[in-house]
Amino acid sequence: MENNGKQPRIGVYICHCGFNIAGTIDVNAVCEYAKTLPHVALARTYKYMCSDPGQEMIIADIAEHHLNRIVVAACSPNLHEATFRGALQRAGLNPYFFQMVNIREHASWVHDDRAAATAKAKDQVRAAVARVQFHKPLERKRFNVEQSVLVVGGGIAGITAALEIANSGKHVYLVEREPSIGGHMAKYDKTFPTLDCAACILTPKMSEVREHPNITLWTYSEVQEVSGHVGKFHVKVRRKPRFIDEDLCVGCMECVSACVYKEPKFEDEFNEGLGKRKPIFMPFPQAVPPVVTIDPETCLKFKTGKCKSPCATVCDRKAVNFDQTERIEEIEVGAVIIATGFKAFDATRLPLYGYGIYSNVYTSLEVERLVNSSGPTAGDIVCRDGRKPKAIGIIHCVGSRDKKTNRWCSRVCCMYSLKLAHLLREHTGADVYQFYIDMRCPGKGYDEFYERLLDEGIQMIRGRAAEVTDWTMTPEEEGKLVIRVEDTLSAYVRRVPVDMVVLSVGMEPAEGADEVRRMFNISCSKEGFFLEKHPKLAPVETATAGVFIAGCCQGPKDIPDTVAQAGAAAAHAVALLDKGYVEIEPNTAYINPDHCSGCKSCIPLCPYHAIVFDDGLKKARIDEALCLGCGTCVASCPSGSIIQNLFEDEQIFSEIDEVLSNV
Amino acid sequence: MSERFDPKIVAFFCNWCTYAAADLAGVARMKYAPNLRTIRVMCSGRIDPQFVLEAFARGADGVLIGGCHPGDCHYISGNYKCLRRFKLLKRLVQDMGIEPERLRLEWISASEGDKLRQVVNEFVATLATMPPLNLPKRFVEWDKEVAILREQVDAAHAQEEQQEVSTHA
Repeated sequence: MENNGKQPRIGVYICHCGFNIAGTIDVNAVCEYAKTLPHVALARTYKYMCSDPGQEMIIADIAEHHLNRIVVAACSPNLHEATFRGALQRAGLNPYFFQMVNIREHASWVHDDRAAATAKAKDQVRAAVARVQFHKPLERKRFNVEQSVLVVGGGIAGITAALEIANSGKHVYLVEREPSIGGHMAKYDKTFPTLDCAACILTPKMSEVREHPNITLWTYSEVQEVSGHVGKFHVKVRRKPRFIDEDLCVGCMECVSACVYKEPKFEDEFNEGLGKRKPIFMPFPQAVPPVVTIDPETCLKFKTGKCKSPCATVCDRKAVNFDQTERIEEIEVGAVIIATGFKAFDATRLPLYGYGIYSNVYTSLEVERLVNSSGPTAGDIVCRDGRKPKAIGIIHCVGSRDKKTNRWCSRVCCMYSLKLAHLLREHTGADVYQFYIDMRCPGKGYDEFYERLLDEGIQMIRGRAAEVTDWTMTPEEEGKLVIRVEDTLSAYVRRVPVDMVVLSVGMEPAEGADEVRRMFNISCSKEGFFLEKHPKLAPVETATAGVFIAGCCQGPKDIPDTVAQAGAAAAHAVALLDKGYVEIEPNTAYINPDHCSGCKSCIPLCPYHAIVFDDGLKKARIDEALCLGCGTCVASCPSGSIIQNLFEDEQIFSEIDEVLSNV
Repeated sequence: MSERFDPKIVAFFCNWCTYAAADLAGVARMKYAPNLRTIRVMCSGRIDPQFVLEAFARGADGVLIGGCHPGDCHYISGNYKCLRRFKLLKRLVQDMGIEPERLRLEWISASEGDKLRQVVNEFVATLATMPPLNLPKRFVEWDKEVAILREQVDAAHAQEEQQEVSTHA
């Protein structure tokens, strides 16, 4: 209990942060003012407090001037509170004898008025000086970390992360909503700019996931509930019935052939509705796990109960099980990686481009399936009306960079439009027109790919397409779709007749992203993409410790970036598990039994059921292992007997009193 | 009030949403009025109604509470508890003669730096149209009034006593 009972000797440090703070706030005036405050033994300013010399200065002063409390006025505590607490610890002082004042994000960066910003800084420093006197020495609690990781989403991000972690020897639970892993990438034909076959690079990874001894793969499953904290998350996973025993099915497809529907009749989700499937189906031949699924919405057995179920009869392994019900799996994991991907923009929201109105208007994802040799037409480019296109128009930025729909750039559309242009031209020999706002091709080999496409004779027309119409004006437009556009390079309004229109749809947050976010307690940007802890320095971490994000759930990105991010997230998770323990901030609450009247007001308020009532003593008690330190119970206690470490009543009251003391 | 009145606002921001939104506003260099004095709590559920009353009593012209949007609380439901207390508190301050507009609760998520800027500017503008609350000064005046009243009462008592003494005599 160092320094307890002694007179406080406070050191106050004001950071210039280069010009970031000193440009707006008179740091010397704040420093001189701090010297006049009670119990302040010394006050200094320094150019960069967070730098090594800045921290060393604090450490030296603690030794030389016998300081026992430190206040640093600098940036947000969310950035550097831990840094300075570390310095206190190195100086042999309890790290919680520290208070940080945010005079950068909350003052110098948001105010222009130098006098007002300086006055604000003085007020907040005075409050911190008052508050820090009430600080008590605290110890962080240590918990062991569960040696397994949950990965949510089985696209290329989730697959990569799962494999990286599994290869390090840790156990992974990979949960995927769809019947197969693979995500959007499994639907693509080639990948830009190398024109690698997407399936050739993805499917080996998918099989590796299935074979890996350290991966438990749950497809057709969703996370239902999450509780706990970093190091020990309790997760409930809902496994939807696929009416097939996964352990028995070998994917021979006999049942599919035997189905009473002789021809596939229902819209095939994997082929973007361009193909048909039966009620019993495998989404695509390389699906992992290679097992079939029965869709109860379309299966006669479920709809009428009158089907003879030849699928069940024909299966010699008896894998078909119509009585299968939903199962809940409960697991405990040390870390979570969220890789729930994206949703393609719904092109019907922009009726001016005629999607859903004219049959020959396609989205880019549909065209991916169309050019794919395992797609619904086996790679043959035939329009919905049976015609082979001689002219194709690709419209960029559909649902991107558009005030009416989504403001953001989806980053991948320019490049995949070029790729599709190449593939369509290769398959059909058609004239391909690109209608673009700007060509955005930053990336390794990307601009070279663009140059290559120009050499291949792709027509580039700069201008956001105004509309797609079947209203023809000349004989050569007859029977075609006309794209109207202002060619902004030649300052000329053009009408371009084509047989097929491809809409390069942008990326949006995935379906259900909001529920996922709430379940895992992470924030999202106003677009709905998950928010990283810091855009530059913590791009895969979130505000919730132990929860990491990777891939397009964080924002639109291409496959190389997604894979890199998934690797980073995996490294974070493995580092966390390898350390073996986590330290939890000590800002938990406890009850003073001498004051507790046993009224039980606090008990129903705790979201973590951390408060128990001792029937013998007739007093409440907080289980510190369960308390996460919100302080809700503290505010409710009528006798003031609950105390939250670091946010004690007298600490907060002293802050309130001091910020107002010069009114 | 000859000079321009600059209202003083005490803000209680939860660490995960509104405090982070204020950080974001800073990073984006959004400019807003410098009247706020911010006190960080982990959750809006920690905000004891007494904090708010103390702030008014010590001279705040307004109190701003910032929490996560309903359903988004880092601690599951602290913001709902805050909302309940806020509703009661709003009636309480009104009964005490403090205009309810002086107490404001806003849900501001970590990505809503711009909302924070708007809310602060709006709140400052609203408070600037009202006279300063200045409870500490009023307390002094009230104390004086009470002292005068007490003197009068004491004087009356003294007189009564004297009269009683004289009648018995």
